[in-house]
Amino acid sequence: MSVAPPLLAVEGLTKSYGGIHAVRGVSFSLRAGEILALIGPNGAGKSTCFDMLNGQNKPDTGHVRLLGEETTAKKPREIWRMGVGRTFQITATFATMTVRENVQVALISHGKQLFNLWGSAPNVDRGEAGRLLELVGMGGYADRPCGELAYGDLKRLELAVALANEPKLLLMDEPTAGMAPRERVELMRLTAQIAREKSIGVLFTEHDMDVVFEHADRIIVLNRGTLIAEGSPAEVRGNPQVQAIYLGEGLLYEAGHREGASA
Amino acid sequence: MAFYVVQFLTGLASAASLFLVASGLSIIFGVTRIVNFAHGAFYMIGAYIAFTLTERFSGAFGFWGGVVVAALAVALIGVLVEMVLLRRIYHAPELFQLLGTFGLTLMVEDLVVLIWGPDDLVGRRAPGFRGAVDFFGQNIPSYDLFLIVLSPVVLGILWLLFQRTRWGVLVRAATQDRDMVAALGVNQKWLFTSVFAVGVFLAALGGALQIPRDAVHHAMDLRIIVDVFVVVVIGGLGSIVGAFVAAVLVSELNAFGILIFPKISIILVFLVMAVVLIVRPWGLFGKPEAAARKTPGLTVNPWRPLTSNERLAALATLVIAAMLPLFAGNYALTVGSEIAIFVIFAVSLHFLMSVGGLASFGHAAYFGLGAYGVAFLAKMAGLPMIVCLLLGPLLGCMGAAVFGFFAVQLSGVYFAMLTLAFAQIVWSIAFQWVSVTGGDNGILGVWPASWAASPSHFYWLALGVAALVTIALRIAVFSPFGYALRATRDSLLRSEAVGINAKRIQWTAFVIAGTTAGIGGALFAYLKGSVFPDNLGISLSVDALVMVLLGGVETVSGGVVGAIVYKALNIWLVSQTDLSKMVLGGFIVLIVVVFPKGIVGMLELLAQRRKKSSPPGSSLLAKPIESAE
Repeated sequence: MSVAPPLLAVEGLTKSYGGIHAVRGVSFSLRAGEILALIGPNGAGKSTCFDMLNGQNKPDTGHVRLLGEETTAKKPREIWRMGVGRTFQITATFATMTVRENVQVALISHGKQLFNLWGSAPNVDRGEAGRLLELVGMGGYADRPCGELAYGDLKRLELAVALANEPKLLLMDEPTAGMAPRERVELMRLTAQIAREKSIGVLFTEHDMDVVFEHADRIIVLNRGTLIAEGSPAEVRGNPQVQAIYLGEGLLYEAGHREGASA
Repeated sequence: MAFYVVQFLTGLASAASLFLVASGLSIIFGVTRIVNFAHGAFYMIGAYIAFTLTERFSGAFGFWGGVVVAALAVALIGVLVEMVLLRRIYHAPELFQLLGTFGLTLMVEDLVVLIWGPDDLVGRRAPGFRGAVDFFGQNIPSYDLFLIVLSPVVLGILWLLFQRTRWGVLVRAATQDRDMVAALGVNQKWLFTSVFAVGVFLAALGGALQIPRDAVHHAMDLRIIVDVFVVVVIGGLGSIVGAFVAAVLVSELNAFGILIFPKISIILVFLVMAVVLIVRPWGLFGKPEAAARKTPGLTVNPWRPLTSNERLAALATLVIAAMLPLFAGNYALTVGSEIAIFVIFAVSLHFLMSVGGLASFGHAAYFGLGAYGVAFLAKMAGLPMIVCLLLGPLLGCMGAAVFGFFAVQLSGVYFAMLTLAFAQIVWSIAFQWVSVTGGDNGILGVWPASWAASPSHFYWLALGVAALVTIALRIAVFSPFGYALRATRDSLLRSEAVGINAKRIQWTAFVIAGTTAGIGGALFAYLKGSVFPDNLGISLSVDALVMVLLGGVETVSGGVVGAIVYKALNIWLVSQTDLSKMVLGGFIVLIVVVFPKGIVGMLELLAQRRKKSSPPGSSLLAKPIESAE
């Protein structure tokens, strides 16, 4: 381990709802420029884990540190100010504003101009907004109302918005959910390229294993709230436990069925 | 000691009607998601019909039969209303539902005066409960004891109804997930209708049972609906137990508040409500709502600043308006000044509602506070007009800062109800605190300085301020702050995720809107030469809402157009008919049902249709407003 703190350090994260342990003692870390995939079957605790990283949810115990600074008790907007951009599983954008305005809002917030009542917002960071949109391949859509966009374009817009505060870390919750196969590959290729160029750490959850194995530098696997495997795509692919969960699903299902319990 | 016990029992008795009405409102909201503003109207009709029936038929049977028949008759009226009006607006944004049912309330107010006359009607005492019970030298009316027993009994019956009947199971299921219930093959139409009928029955019963205690009059609807809103905000919308507990709490606070702050007892209720909202924003027994629905429908047409041609056109309009004194008489100029002042008022609410998505149902509070601010400064401190005009609106600003802080903690219908309750509290203070505000007599003799005294000078002043305010708010819409405010309206989740403190932004917008309304109120005080509690009353708040809706809630400049058209129409209407509330109410219902985009919205639509040859965008626009569920 190097002396400098890792970009993201997660230690012993635990969360339970009533008697259900959604996440149990999860620890991992992430370096700058690294693309880390968080995978696991439905109900493994991915979303809970994710929400605790971005401030939507508070862990019962455990710590999340960004470059050594504690983020556990912080609100989402405070975590954003520390340099964390995020995209949502179901896109959240400003539907009545144009594509460019969506990015401008994020830039206005980043430039601490939120309470500026006098300036002309259409001209604020117009060039920078255009550059970010070009970066994600949305340059031609800048004046389109956001509510008219196709889903894949909304995902790319979210990426542009997430990049507006020059983040050190990107959190992407199922970035390619609901997209066509070709769009998935494009979006992840784009994300990976941007992350390497700007040395941004990326943590993403994903169901599509093709996307995961192709783009992740490292993979961590959650099952029933605990971390069961960690390593390179090749290592994880060869891990028998992971295989049991993913590849052996059919067998597990049959076994569970016979016993009358769900797998 | 006995005195306090009696006071406590009086409070409990008052809670009965409040509980009946509030539980009805809660049940209806739970299933249909409509906050039925007309609930107070049903309460009032219940009282009036019961009055007629109990006067007509004597004896115990006549009285109790009359009460029950009255409630049933009103429930039937409720069914009609549900089938004819509400079924058309179930999918409209909640603001339109509140307004539609409010329009209904206005119509009913004129209707009862038409049928029963404007005077207070004092009903019969209940047979069997005429006397009083002696309690250590204090008298308790036996009817109060009956009411005290009644509310837990009704609570029990409702509980049995919901837990033990098939209908109750369906209602509880629909309260949790009405789409799922519909998907399971339940006839949703009749479920909604029956739920509405039960809710209205409870409201009417509450009104009918009130006859032996209180006179029946045509303003009792607004009085009860505000109390009921306070009750459901404290108890939690959708919870019957919450309605019961909060009704008792509010009634007791009123009963004892009179002893502690005889002049401004309502303060106590406000303080309790404020504490509840901080500790449990969804009420004592309420559950947090899922993300609030957006108030305006989705605009496909993004906003943009005016082009230079449009600016010239606006300037030309202003110049023409400024030339009015050249050819118009004094009356027309006074009307013109009033319209200009209402433009200020409307654009202030429009800023909050359209840009911020926050539909305040009590915006007149800040208008009126501005007016009172001027009156205090001019009459008590004797300051010159220009100073009063500059400082008076600060009272509106302070009011908006205090109430806005609490209001923005909530959203959607809760926000609307809370702002309404706040406005009513300010009204009550103005009304009750006679030594300071003059109560109902108001503050007279607030005359403008000589430089602004002539109608033409005052008109120019009002027009100039209105133009400045409109321009300033337009600049704000297209400022970084305006973008941030629109962002919080469109998606709270996303705005928090890009570092925006949504509540702070919304609070700031609330204060801006309140201060601007205060500027309008300050001018209004000088225009009328006097200030009355009506200047911060509910009907003025609703005027503002109608102006915004009429102009178009999804537009940037709808407030201006809406104010001019509405105010001109209103002044003309009042001079033409005695039934102005009836016409106004009908007008509101009409806007809500067939004309939800407003004047400017319609014009934009037409312009866009002409421009666009490709239909997909416009066909999307032509759909009636629907919520983004």
